[in-house]
Amino acid sequence: MQFLLLASAFVVATCGLIYELIAGTLASYLLGDSVTQFSTIIGVYLFSMGIGAYLSRFFNRNLIRVFIQVEFLIGIIGGSLGAVLFLLFPWIEHFRVALYALVSIVGIFVGLEIPLLLRILQDRFEFKELVSKVLTFDYIGALVASLLFPLVLVPQIGLIRTGFLFGAFNVFVALLSLYIFKKELKWVVSLKVTGFFCLTALIAGFFLSEKITSYAEQSQYPSRIIYSKSTPYQRIVVTENHQDYRLFLNSNLQFSSKDEYRYHEALVHPAVSGVKSPCHALVLGGGDGMAVRELLKWESIEKITLVDLDPEMTQLFSSKNILRELNQNALLSPKLQIINADAFTWLKSNQSSFDIVVLDFPDPSNYSLSKLFTTSFFKILYERLTPGGAIAIQCTSPLVARKSFWCIDATLKSVGFMTTPYHAYVPSFGEWGFIIASHQPFQIVKPFCPNLRFVSEKSFASMLQFPDDMSSIPVKINTLNNHCLVQYFESEWSEYSH
Amino acid sequence: MKLGAAGMASSAWGGCFSSPKPIPGKILGASVKVGHLLRSGSFPIPEEIGEKSVVIVGGGIAGLSAGWKLQKAGFTDFTLLELENEVGGNSQSGGNDYSAYPWGAHYLPIPNPESAYVRELLEDLHLIEGYDSNHLPIYDEYSLCHPPQDRLFIHGRWQDGIEPKSSLSAEDKLQFERFWKIVDRFKKAKGSDGKRAFAIPLVLSSRDQRFLALDKMSAAQFLSAEQLNSKYLIWYLNYCCKDDYGATIETVSAWAAIHYFASRIGVGANAGPQSVLTWPEGNGHLVEALRAKISPHIHTGSLVYSIDSQPDFSHVDFFDLATQRSFRIRAQNVIFAAPRFIAQQTIPKLPRIQGGKYSPWMIANITLKQLPAEIMDSFSWDNVIYESESLGYVVATHQRLDRLLRGTVLTYYCPLVDPDISKSRKMLLERTHEEWVDLILKDLQRPHPSIRQYIENIDLWRWGHGMIIPTPGYIWGETQQDRLRTFQKIHFAHSDMSGISIFEEAQYHGVQAAESILRNLKTTHHTQNAYEFPI
Ligand SMILES: Cc1cc2nc3c(=O)[nH]c(=O)nc-3n(C[C@H](O)[C@H](O)[C@H](O)COP(=O)(O)OP(=O)(O)OC[C@H]3O[C@@H](n4cnc5c(N)ncnc54)[C@H](O)[C@@H]3O)c2cc1C
Repeated sequence: MQFLLLASAFVVATCGLIYELIAGTLASYLLGDSVTQFSTIIGVYLFSMGIGAYLSRFFNRNLIRVFIQVEFLIGIIGGSLGAVLFLLFPWIEHFRVALYALVSIVGIFVGLEIPLLLRILQDRFEFKELVSKVLTFDYIGALVASLLFPLVLVPQIGLIRTGFLFGAFNVFVALLSLYIFKKELKWVVSLKVTGFFCLTALIAGFFLSEKITSYAEQSQYPSRIIYSKSTPYQRIVVTENHQDYRLFLNSNLQFSSKDEYRYHEALVHPAVSGVKSPCHALVLGGGDGMAVRELLKWESIEKITLVDLDPEMTQLFSSKNILRELNQNALLSPKLQIINADAFTWLKSNQSSFDIVVLDFPDPSNYSLSKLFTTSFFKILYERLTPGGAIAIQCTSPLVARKSFWCIDATLKSVGFMTTPYHAYVPSFGEWGFIIASHQPFQIVKPFCPNLRFVSEKSFASMLQFPDDMSSIPVKINTLNNHCLVQYFESEWSEYSH
Repeated sequence: MKLGAAGMASSAWGGCFSSPKPIPGKILGASVKVGHLLRSGSFPIPEEIGEKSVVIVGGGIAGLSAGWKLQKAGFTDFTLLELENEVGGNSQSGGNDYSAYPWGAHYLPIPNPESAYVRELLEDLHLIEGYDSNHLPIYDEYSLCHPPQDRLFIHGRWQDGIEPKSSLSAEDKLQFERFWKIVDRFKKAKGSDGKRAFAIPLVLSSRDQRFLALDKMSAAQFLSAEQLNSKYLIWYLNYCCKDDYGATIETVSAWAAIHYFASRIGVGANAGPQSVLTWPEGNGHLVEALRAKISPHIHTGSLVYSIDSQPDFSHVDFFDLATQRSFRIRAQNVIFAAPRFIAQQTIPKLPRIQGGKYSPWMIANITLKQLPAEIMDSFSWDNVIYESESLGYVVATHQRLDRLLRGTVLTYYCPLVDPDISKSRKMLLERTHEEWVDLILKDLQRPHPSIRQYIENIDLWRWGHGMIIPTPGYIWGETQQDRLRTFQKIHFAHSDMSGISIFEEAQYHGVQAAESILRNLKTTHHTQNAYEFPI
């Protein structure tokens, strides 16, 4: 029996260190900067153990029962620590708070263990021997944990499973103590039931942990992920839900196949209808091929140049069946030339001129995107546009990001463009804004394409009206050396999402 | 190779522990050998190669600017002699596959209205594109520093801007406020002579004793008299003095320290008072533009070792490092645009004046291979580390417009500020590449624990006499007039003349020297006898 009790000390110590390692590894993995994460986790954990040790003096009766209950709690909380942190990460803003709170809780309970155990055993051993034996097993446990963790557990079992496994060990120790001391305990049945309940939960967790990990990524997206890839530029994710295909770049929705026709028709057709006989079109961004699909509906357009930064994007949308169906094989058209380059530097060094230019960039949420909405960039565009030509620009939501929208408008005007702002409703996006920029005042000069589902001369006329809550307001001009658009955009969208 | 504990831990936890290979790189720097050659004085007998109206000695910003002004006036009978193989002096630059990068000066602040020559140059180079309706210059957007401009690593995290903001007590904040109020007062202050208290170039500053008295005390004395002692404020002011003068507030005069803050009032139509002009190669950009305008007149690898000055001409003797031959030019005028201590060595007849002190600097260009996007996107142009020995680093690729997938270069600045300058200079020269790399890594691993694994190469540049230090009494003391005075036909032009080492001062003195010669030439019209330069 003595041996069993000392074995418990060993197991308990191993489990305690494992939880600390799990928290440290996961924090480094999720937050980066492993040195800081490990040192702070270790510090908080050890300190909490101290608190636990201190608190142990307040338990004076039913020590065995308390010990068993503490083991249950450690088993459940410690065992699921990894999984819980992993699941919480995408959801909560103050992840560190949750992290340190959980680590402290586990630490406090682990700190209670050894003092309690010592006191339970104090009548069964001589004091000298007791301290020496318990602490020896305690430290051996620590050594075993620190070797097993990196060499066997993480590579073979995985981080989250390891948690559940060692949680189960804690519960097992509790059940063992229950068995050894059953004569000295009251309410044995209720403890037994709790124990088996905990054990089942942890075993279930162990077997479901794969699902949990994939759910953590999946949970950022409302529907099934059918394609995902991290390229050097971005993370591309395509999801499917009842025939609704959605494209996300860095978790930002780019389109939903249910209503993207509204967006792309509104983006492309009004501008083309304002140019007499456009011949050469340029699409910047828009590697999904949807804007190209719309341009191809115009017979007069003989040549389209598509410049997208990310080769993986254009590759994906010209090869994957479902996606090719969506853009109707636009990226395979013989009229199209695909160039994978940075739009700014490409445009700066390329001297050709274009009758139609479509800017289909993601929203200006950072400096590298905002530069594509600056005076410097628009000045180059002004030079590359043929005299009767038009530029169509996606300009984020004038309702949510009113300043951002009008900032783009003001920036275009400041380099000499005439602008025609308009907006359309795209259910998956909300109220969306576009601007046509041209050298001369813009006018529709020819009928819209037949067979369009959304835009027409009539509906376009209504898109030009801006109700009061999104009408023009005074804003600064976006330049390479102020990037005020990023500030507008960040503050407006963060306000909206809160 | 020793490794900082932090670096070790991070790579161990990263799971890819491998014993670190030493980081390769070279030590470069203004040729120490050439300096010794100059002092030894043993050169072949010079061959006479004819006459020149103007010989410019030194191809730093001052010398190049003198050439620019002469050339602009349609005057061609001049030669510029530079001892190094490249012109530029303290504004030199280098480059590799990833980017061009500076070896010294890396930015130009928006010039003040009174800095007329700087504005004229920027107009010539189309860096000022025009003026708006309020007569404010419109600057070339590509050259204005793009945001985020600067940040500070303090108490374990980055903050925007270099002035410390986090964990300041109410008293610290109050002291910063008081300091900025003082600066503001000096910004607006005018002396009894109606001039601004602190102007650029500094010769345009007021001579009112009220202000000049500040040059008699150190910046530290001024601060303690004002009862400014917040540790954050003191750190910040030390940082600024080290940045501009390579010395601490104990060494620098109060006048110079205040000049740093109170002199700059330049704005543009599209540039605020904090804006600066910068390029991947730093002020090497301006060097190249100037060089291109006068390249036929430039002779590099030419060490001027003796100038025999007569009342109406000088014999300029120089040693051509490539051919190992000496030549003599009879120069009607000389613009001496090399540092002042070189003038004392090369012009025997020049009356001795008390020389200035120069701060030693170590610059490292750190080449990084492709970085994780999180690090790359978080860089500001200027990145400073609180309480570091160094001034932090600037990112050479900051002004690039394409999404960067390749590596980058960080230019790391470290003035050696020990009050015992000869000790600092000795340390600068004695430390090995490995020792420097060790120190740099320890410093950079504080904000970037994993940086080592991305470093491909670290080249170092040692500036033994990097910058003149405006010690108390140097700028407005007794030698001030002597420094500026023309000696016979030798005009002096170098930032040393001001006592403040910045682009504007160097350029001002270069242009001034050229203009005064042009004025003289107009009155005493010389026939220009053209000749072939034999080397
Ligand atoms: C590390 C560092 C960083 C700096 N950063 C900035 C900055 O960001 N912005 C700024 O405005 N200023 C900066 N400066 C200040 C810089 O010194 C000035 O901007 C400017 O470059 C000084 O130019 P100059 O012509 O006066 O002197 P120098 O650059 O010293 O030019 C003198 C030239 O004379 C040559 N020479 C010397 N002796 C001889 C000889 N016997 N014969 C022939 N030629 C000779 C030298 O090789 C050199 O090319 C920095 C300086 C240093 C050292």
